[in-house]
Amino acid sequence: MTNAAASILEQLAAKFPSETSELKAERGQQWGYVAKGAVKKVLTYLKNDCDFNILMDLTCVDYLHWEEKAERFEVVYNIYSMSRNERIILRAKVAEDDAVVESAASIWPGANWFEREVWDMFGVRFTGHPNLKRLIMYEEFQGHALRKDYPYSKRQPLIGPKN
Amino acid sequence: MGQVTAPQGTAPMTGVNVDKLDFMTTTLDAAIGWSRKFSIFQYPFITACCGMEYMATACSHYDVDRFGAGFPRFSPRQADVLFVVGTISHKMAPVLKEVYDQMCDPKWVVAFGVCTCTGGFYDNYATVQGIDTIIPVDIYIPGCPPRPENVLDGLMKLQDKIQKQGLRAEHD
Repeated sequence: MTNAAASILEQLAAKFPSETSELKAERGQQWGYVAKGAVKKVLTYLKNDCDFNILMDLTCVDYLHWEEKAERFEVVYNIYSMSRNERIILRAKVAEDDAVVESAASIWPGANWFEREVWDMFGVRFTGHPNLKRLIMYEEFQGHALRKDYPYSKRQPLIGPKN
Repeated sequence: MGQVTAPQGTAPMTGVNVDKLDFMTTTLDAAIGWSRKFSIFQYPFITACCGMEYMATACSHYDVDRFGAGFPRFSPRQADVLFVVGTISHKMAPVLKEVYDQMCDPKWVVAFGVCTCTGGFYDNYATVQGIDTIIPVDIYIPGCPPRPENVLDGLMKLQDKIQKQGLRAEHD
């Protein structure tokens, strides 16, 4: 573990000047963006060298029709360190036509189901995931239900009528 | 010996000395319906929060055993009434259908709670909009969740239905 007294944001900015951006401490939270290609490298560093041992949450946001967002999706990592009692929220911008991110399942095993859920609901793939199947919906389901352009009440029954 | 009540559909026993009563007459239809309605073995198919209300109804305070329905069977092959309690998703729907198909005739289905009746407020991609799109339903008990009194009311209506069906229940 490197210098725990230094802010994690300062550590990240020093270690990954080109891979991270917009690192800020705001409203009691620590935020930042991480380049999509460097997700695994940065997260491994946080886990192994900074003792961020818990992946609290891994989710995704669909920014369809948001003019200020160049990329449609953002994958959100909410990471917590027990020893430092600190939390950092990292986001990776993901384009719709290249919705593939490196899997974090080899870093935190808990990422396994989170990533399956994100694949199921948003259609973002994770390379290196051991078992990237739908988690919530069934395999016959077409599309990804939490994408903003999926009609909210479009049902795809396995049995029974469409209604 | 106390008051003897004749099964529904039979003539009232007026002027009969019940102390000497060693036989009574009825129709097979009425007797079958009467015995079935007081031996409702349920299969509780519980998926959601309505289950809490089902438990409250089943336990001693409201006591569905008063209606002969106090004996849940956790095998559909031994059950008479399928209690569908809680939201049914499209992923769950084939399981519900299979459980229903495994039950022996005569069988009845109770839609417990508004989700099973119509889908409730879950007008979304995942929820079956009423289990009657998949399996036939005998009694609808709406409510989110229904009060135990409402459940007992539904149960008594189901008893009336079973009584009236009599032997026809196998063929309905």
